[in-house]
Amino acid sequence: MADKPKDVLLNPLFNNNPIALQVLGICSALAVTTKLETSIVMALAVIFVLMASNAAVSLIRSQIPTSIRIIVQMTIIASAVILVDEVLRAFSYGISKQMTVFVSLIITNCIVMGRAEAFAMKNGVKLSILDGLGNALGYSLILIVVGFFRELLGSGKILGYPVLATKSDGGWYDPNGLMLLSPSAFFLIGFFIWVLRAFKPDQVEKDG
Amino acid sequence: MPRDSIPRTFAVAGALCIVCSVLVSSAAVGLKSIQEENKALDLQKNILVAAGLYSDDQPVDVRSTFESKIEARVIDLASGQYVAADEVDPAAYDQRKAAKEPSTSSKLDSSEDTASIRRRENRSLVYLYREGDQVEQYILPIRGMGLWGTLYGFLAVDKDLETVRGLTYYEHKETPGLGGEVDNPNWKKQWPGKKLFAASGEVGLKVKKGRVDPKIDAEKTHQVDGLAGATITSNGVTNMMRFWLGDSGFGPYLERLAQGVD
Repeated sequence: MADKPKDVLLNPLFNNNPIALQVLGICSALAVTTKLETSIVMALAVIFVLMASNAAVSLIRSQIPTSIRIIVQMTIIASAVILVDEVLRAFSYGISKQMTVFVSLIITNCIVMGRAEAFAMKNGVKLSILDGLGNALGYSLILIVVGFFRELLGSGKILGYPVLATKSDGGWYDPNGLMLLSPSAFFLIGFFIWVLRAFKPDQVEKDG
Repeated sequence: MPRDSIPRTFAVAGALCIVCSVLVSSAAVGLKSIQEENKALDLQKNILVAAGLYSDDQPVDVRSTFESKIEARVIDLASGQYVAADEVDPAAYDQRKAAKEPSTSSKLDSSEDTASIRRRENRSLVYLYREGDQVEQYILPIRGMGLWGTLYGFLAVDKDLETVRGLTYYEHKETPGLGGEVDNPNWKKQWPGKKLFAASGEVGLKVKKGRVDPKIDAEKTHQVDGLAGATITSNGVTNMMRFWLGDSGFGPYLERLAQGVD
C-alpha cells in the first residue's frame, strides 16, 4: 500500500481510479451525469462526504468496536450526506431539485464505504483525509468527463449554454437521445477505461 | 475496558448516535427557514413563468413582481365560488395537505379520475394576474400522474376564459430528456394561444402523439406536439387537462367567471 502522502492523493486519479479500475460507484455515475452541472455538484458533494467520513472514521478508529464497525461507518457517512443534502436544499434549491434522490444515495456509494473500511480504519487522520480527497477526485474526474460528453452530445449544450446548435432551435445538430439514457454512461466509462488502459497497460486484467 | 466488550460497544454506539443526531438535526432546524423560503420563491417563480412574466432569458425580481401583480384566492371547486379570505387565508392554505386529509378532500370515482390523483381537495388556490384593475389571466394549479410520479404545474388562462396563456411544471419525476422535456421552453411555447374547449364544449386541449398538422383546424387550435419517446407523460398531460378543466376540476369556476358573477 502506498503510504507517501503524494501517492495517497494522486494514485486514485489514474493509477487506481475507483471507477475505472475498482469499478465502484457506477450507479451514481449513470444517474446524475446527463448534465455537466449536476455532475459537478455531485462531484463536490462526494468530495465533501468522502473527506469528512474518512476523517471521522480515522479519528475514532481505535475506539470503534470491531463487531459494529460497519454500522458505525454507515452512521457517520449517512450524517455527512444528510448535511450535504440540507445545505444544497438551502443554498442551491434549483440544483437540488434536479438531483432529487441521488444526493441521499451517496450513502450507498460503494466508494465512500470502501475507503472508510479499507483505508481510514487503518491510517491516520491526515493520510485518510488525503485518501478521501484523492478517491473523490478520481470519481469526480470520470463524472465530469461523462457529464461533459453526455450533455454535449445529448443536448448540444455545455453547462446549459448551447454549443452545437440543435435542429429544434434551427441549427444543424441532431441530438443523440441515447446519450440522455443511462446506458450511454456505460459506453463512455468503457471508452474512458479503454483510453486509460492504452496508456497504462499494467491495468489490463490477464486472462486465467 | 477492552475494546470489544459489550458495555464498551454500547457506549460507543450511544455516543456516536448522540453526536450524529445533534449534527443532523441542528443542520435541519437551522436551515429550515431558508429552505422553505426557497420553496415558496420557486413556486412564485413558476406562477410568473406560467403567466409569461418570467423567463430565464429575462429574469425579473420574483418577489416584488409577484406581490405587485398576482393575487392568490381560494375557491371552492364544486361550486366555483371564492372562499372569503377570513375563512381561509390564501397565504397559509396548504393545498397539498388538504388534498390528503379526508376532511378537506373527496375521493374520486375511477370514471372521473382522469388525472389519476385519487383524491381531490375541496378547495383550491387560484392566482389572478392583474394589470391595473383589470384581471389579465387566471393561473390554475394542476397536477396528474405521468410515468414515474405526479406532475405539478400551473396553467395560465386568458381573461377570455378560452385561451391558454402558458403552462409550466415545477415538480415532476419524469425521465430527463424524454418525459422530462415537459420543462423544455421550446415545447412549452407551443401552448400559448391554444383554445381550451372544443366546439362541443368538451376539453379540447391535447398532446398529440407525433407532430401537430397545421392544416387540420382542430389540431392547430387545440393540440400540441407529443414528447418523443414519452407517450405516457404526454398522455398524462392530456389527462390532467381533461380533469382540471372539466366538471370535477375548475369547470364550475370557469363557468361562474364566464357568467360574470364574482
